Amino acid sequence: MSNIGTSIKNNRIFSISPFAKKKKREKQSLLSIWQQHKEKYIMIAPFALIFICFTLVPIVVSIVISFTSFNMLEFPKWVGLDNYINLLVYDDVFLIAVKNTLFFALITGPISYIMCFVFSWLINELPPKVRAVMTLVFYAPSISGNAYMIWKLLFSSDMYGYMNAWLMKFGFIKEPILWFESKQYIMPILIIVQLWLSLGVSFLSFIAGLQSIDKTMYEAARIDGVKNRWQELWYITLPAMKQHLMFGAVMQITSSLSVSGISMELAGFPSVEYAGHTILTHLHDYGNIRYEMGYASAIATILFFIMMFSNIIVQKFLRRVGE
Amino acid sequence: MRIVQHIRKAYASRRIKRPNRNLAVDIILTIFLGSFGLFSILPLVFIISNAFKPLNEIFLFPPKLFVQNPTLDNFRDLFTIIGNSWIPFSRYIFNTVFLTLLGTAGTVLIGSMAAFPLAKYEFPGSKVMSNMIVYSLMFSSSVTGIPNYIIMSKLGMIDTYWSVVIPAIGSTLGLFLMKNNMVSIPMSLIESAKMDGASEYRIFFSIAMPLCKPAWITLIIFSFQSLWGATGGSFIYSEKLKPVSYALSQIVSAGVVRTGVASAVSLIMLIVPITVFIISQSNVIETMASSGIKE
Repeated sequence: MSNIGTSIKNNRIFSISPFAKKKKREKQSLLSIWQQHKEKYIMIAPFALIFICFTLVPIVVSIVISFTSFNMLEFPKWVGLDNYINLLVYDDVFLIAVKNTLFFALITGPISYIMCFVFSWLINELPPKVRAVMTLVFYAPSISGNAYMIWKLLFSSDMYGYMNAWLMKFGFIKEPILWFESKQYIMPILIIVQLWLSLGVSFLSFIAGLQSIDKTMYEAARIDGVKNRWQELWYITLPAMKQHLMFGAVMQITSSLSVSGISMELAGFPSVEYAGHTILTHLHDYGNIRYEMGYASAIATILFFIMMFSNIIVQKFLRRVGE
Repeated sequence: MRIVQHIRKAYASRRIKRPNRNLAVDIILTIFLGSFGLFSILPLVFIISNAFKPLNEIFLFPPKLFVQNPTLDNFRDLFTIIGNSWIPFSRYIFNTVFLTLLGTAGTVLIGSMAAFPLAKYEFPGSKVMSNMIVYSLMFSSSVTGIPNYIIMSKLGMIDTYWSVVIPAIGSTLGLFLMKNNMVSIPMSLIESAKMDGASEYRIFFSIAMPLCKPAWITLIIFSFQSLWGATGGSFIYSEKLKPVSYALSQIVSAGVVRTGVASAVSLIMLIVPITVFIISQSNVIETMASSGIKE
């Protein structure tokens, strides 16, 4: 009798114990997750491995370095939030850089994004052969390396620069304007050049997206009473392009907030009164010239959060398109 | 009279193909496109005409857009220099071709393969992975250089082709592009393929990839373009493993005397990516006109 009693008791204890039960279920579910999704994990594995090694780990390490003082010679020294405090409170140049970058991005970001879409949409209407040529034409600035150097000729500061020569010829100005030496011209010129360069990755991805829209949807819409190209755009094209629009938004956000190359090439480094100074040129200063990697990493981390924040806002906005 | 009739007929048949359009707006938009196009093509024209300029025209100030007395001197000089390099130039070309082909093929294959499950299914970890990929695009690559170098040297990849190829294959841009394109593949197609007993791999190769052809052709362009211009940077230091763009930049950096050669070099470096671009773009258009596989 007592034997049976204890065995029942044991059994009950074993079966009721929530801990044991939970553990068992978790083990099972991990295994079943694997069995259920095995093929998917295997398909992701090669990419994930490379991604973790060469993208994720370096980023995490950089974020950790941003809390240290690291000159690349000695072992990094932990300094806590010092880098961030210095950046945000004491570094006046950084604040100028942030202001410039945000101003620059607020103008070039949306305009370049709309340009990418409008041009790809217009090109998509053309007959196939012309379309291929026009795509190349608009993509040309992105494919031809440091093509923006042509702007240096255009805005050359002496009277031989095209812009000065024209303005003088037509009598608007008496003597050549020092384009990249005067504070008020640097930003506008950089904005124009960036816009000219902006038909890149998003533009091609939009072209690809427009190609894969199901043509029968337009026929169906016509029967439903869609009358002109603008209605087609709003009711069919834009909703069908939603994924591409989101992709393009991320690309334009990152490219417009991470401007540095054109600023350093055209306006010089450092630029006059920091008029062309951006977050990334500031980073270049500390990372590639002064070798203060801790500080540079802190700048990169702050830029990262600015981009993340703008991305969240833009994605929220884009979800409403065509609804 | 016949011709007029012919034109009318052609226009009428075009109208049938493209309803909801009117001629006036078409014309305005074409002019708009054309004028912006002229502006965009400028650097390309400049590079092409510069390559054929004799030295005195290159140094002419202000520079002329079009060449006055075209000459092939710049190319001749370039080939003389190339002929004298102590590593046969074909070796540099081989390096670049090898790196570019392997890297591009890897990017398209491995990136798309990972993109497919992330785009079409929800499973533990899929959301986290997708978000990490998007946000990793936003971290400036100029500070990750050092950790990257350390990892590569620990893996023994420094001074091998892999130091260029493998990070290129892990391009998050590629995966992100493919994933966003694959989202629109109709789930019903996948389900019915599964009913017929197809594995995920099979579905990926025979349904997802053909449907996403415009996307991966675009990806080929991006990947090709960046790998073709890759110089190997600080990761490859053996001369015999260096790619063409490095060798050419060395030739150019010899100073002002090489200005003519430099302009020939810029044209030569451009020809291949542009050819790839044109071939792949016209391919996109052809396939989409003939396929029509959709739900």
